[in-house]
Amino acid sequence: MGELKVIGCSKSLFCTRVEWALKLKGCEYEYIEEDLRNKSPILLKYNPVHKKVPVLVHDDKPIPESLVILEYIDETWKLNPLLPEDPYERATARFWAKFSDDKCLYGAFGACTAEGEAKERAIETTLESFGYLEKQIQGKKFFGGEEISYLDLVAGWIPHLLNVIEEVGGMKLVDAERLPSLHEWAHNFIQIPLIKECIPPREDLVVLYSAHLSYIRSLEPKKQ
Amino acid sequence: MGDKVILLDAWPSMFGMRVRIALAEKGVKYEYKEEDLINKSPLLLEMNPIHKKIPVLIHNGKPICESLIIVQYIDEVWNNKSPLLPSDPYERAQARFWADYIDKKVYDAGRKVWATKGDEMEAGKKEFIEVHKVLEEELGDKPYFGGETFGYVDLALITFYSWFYTYETIGNFSMEAECPKLMAWVKRCMQKESVAKSLPDQKKIYGFVLGLRKRFGIE
Repeated sequence: MGELKVIGCSKSLFCTRVEWALKLKGCEYEYIEEDLRNKSPILLKYNPVHKKVPVLVHDDKPIPESLVILEYIDETWKLNPLLPEDPYERATARFWAKFSDDKCLYGAFGACTAEGEAKERAIETTLESFGYLEKQIQGKKFFGGEEISYLDLVAGWIPHLLNVIEEVGGMKLVDAERLPSLHEWAHNFIQIPLIKECIPPREDLVVLYSAHLSYIRSLEPKKQ
Repeated sequence: MGDKVILLDAWPSMFGMRVRIALAEKGVKYEYKEEDLINKSPLLLEMNPIHKKIPVLIHNGKPICESLIIVQYIDEVWNNKSPLLPSDPYERAQARFWADYIDKKVYDAGRKVWATKGDEMEAGKKEFIEVHKVLEEELGDKPYFGGETFGYVDLALITFYSWFYTYETIGNFSMEAECPKLMAWVKRCMQKESVAKSLPDQKKIYGFVLGLRKRFGIE
């Protein structure tokens, strides 16, 4: 297996998805918790370009960017394959992973921090994006079918983090009525023990995201 | 084999060019369909209903969208020649990292140069040069980003070269002066037939962008 380290932040959804992948593969690793307000020399050494978490370090070789890390993990350890073998299905999984991050995750972040009319528009657009994701999960237990896969891990922030973003942002995006299949998937996903054990306490996330929103608001020019 | 391959594309798109290069590298025969992005075809809207963007590769009736996802698909399906991604997982991760970096940084910086003015344009120019200096450092003394042969990262970046004359002229700077080693790499890539025939003439792109600037009312 070699020596595995994860340089991360336990509250970061991007780091959580890496831990899920490693646990699914039966990998043992050392977790190095970063204080992002005071980045360590080790983080700056292993990710000089972006200076961000997560970074996977395998036998002293660093791999940053969560989606790049997930594919590396999948190619290196064969237990519980994350991506399908068929090239077309792989392309489809990659497409939906990118869509989920770009449109659902960043859509939710955007809707959270926006105000007034911009907030209404952001909520509408993000809801539309979640609608597309809903169609992908309809009729399936997990995005991967009977077993969890790459796309489940990438969308895996939804069950534990989305309602925190909703609460902090004062809005509603996913519920059982509007998006029933996604809601059911979220419920099934979070029950899996190795998934559950990596999720940080909800209160910690509320504090983190509330602080982030306050910071964003403090940057806005004062209204006359 | 009976493969039917169609590429929905638009000639100035640096993203579409990536797919053209990949198909040429693999020697794949395909039908090229030029899209009018102001008047999108029913086929494009059917094959990419979510983003409604080009490029879209249609392989035996099945669509694949997003340029780097398409390139990886091409590499995996036509795996008998000209591998684009390395075979070693760590080197593949490095290639994916740098392609992701190019996607995150180059287009937006470049867009600020041609589509904005004043401070925003200057910021875009500064960012554009900085990003290319980072890439130049990553290239180092290697002939290509992937090492001895042209690969995924080279393909992801080289298509922006067709827009360099546009960025340089509007932004008033010289990539040769700022990043000479990178420009040597550009010349090396342009000697490859798959690249040279996939990139339009730089002056043609410039004319196209001048038209866009007029349409958007940018001085």
